[in-house]
Amino acid sequence: MHELSIATKVTALATQHAAEHGDCRVAAVTLRIGQLSCVHEDALRSAFDIAREGTPLAAADLRIVAVPVRVWCPHCLAERELPGIQRFACPDCGRPTGDIRAGCELDLESLELVETADT
Amino acid sequence: MSHPVAPTPRILEVRTKILKANDETARAMRARFESLGLLVVNLVSSPGTGKTSFLLETLRRLAARNVPVAAVVGDLETDNDARRLAASGVPVRQIMTHGLCHLEADMVEAHLAGWDLAGLHYLFVENVGNLVCPTSWDLGESVRVALLSVTEGEDKPLKYPGLFNTADIAVITKIDLAAACEFDRDRALENIAAVRPGMRVLETSAKTGAGIDDWLAFLTDRRQTLPRACDTSPGRESGGAVVLGHDRGTTTTPDD
Repeated sequence: MHELSIATKVTALATQHAAEHGDCRVAAVTLRIGQLSCVHEDALRSAFDIAREGTPLAAADLRIVAVPVRVWCPHCLAERELPGIQRFACPDCGRPTGDIRAGCELDLESLELVETADT
Repeated sequence: MSHPVAPTPRILEVRTKILKANDETARAMRARFESLGLLVVNLVSSPGTGKTSFLLETLRRLAARNVPVAAVVGDLETDNDARRLAASGVPVRQIMTHGLCHLEADMVEAHLAGWDLAGLHYLFVENVGNLVCPTSWDLGESVRVALLSVTEGEDKPLKYPGLFNTADIAVITKIDLAAACEFDRDRALENIAAVRPGMRVLETSAKTGAGIDDWLAFLTDRRQTLPRACDTSPGRESGGAVVLGHDRGTTTTPDD
């Protein structure tokens, strides 16, 4: 359940960024989660529900953008998306490649902030 | 008197790594370790793979050669592993995570206090037994080892590609039990190669000592490559298939 550690870090980062922009609450948080990041989306959502209690993210919508794995094929000289993560080979020519270009992301992409004053 | 006008949300592009703080700590630790000529090795596997026995044999062999070495070991509870490893005569410290399923960089750093790192050649970090959670946490290591025992089944790499993909080397343990477990060696090697093409695999037994010399030779070779007295490690941030798997920097974040 390392998703709880991740959710706690997301909440802390988002709170810190929101605080830099005045009196705000976070309406939505968008994460980019690579397929190789070992993060389970449902577990992360459950963990987020726990981690955000009592923070400016208490009512935030969690948006998760899943990022598929992309590798560089040195034979086709092209970047290819892998259909799964069990075989690191070019889906076109079949040759093995471990040159990963995307799919390891564990990123806080953006926040949607709403001012809390005058409400 | 205010009217119920829906507030306009403002989009703030943050684009930062969620584990940024850990990554920064780890990067600074690695730069410091490498500048001291200290090779830090992170051992990751399922519970029961035999990490502690493998590490104990490694520590014994290195201690017998008078190589300065130390170890920290992570477990949810108990200091049993530290006590087992202390039998090697090497300095060992236990990190008890009290339920946390992985080690983080600052936990390792906090447990190094008082050790003369400049006098050490190798520091081993035995992670909490878990094939998933430790994957995302860089501990400042120069080498990440994924261990797999013959008793676990040949398809472990396919089930846990994330860890195998971030490892620098795979170590198969307990090969003395291979026949009894009907371990399909070719399939295991094929599966490791599928998730991490070209990764070196060592076949070992802490009981018979098989493969341990190759492992020690690997460590010696890797330590030779350390950029001494250098505070950055070129290549690490360059993206693509660089030497060290888990710090590839596959995403570009403006503030990194």
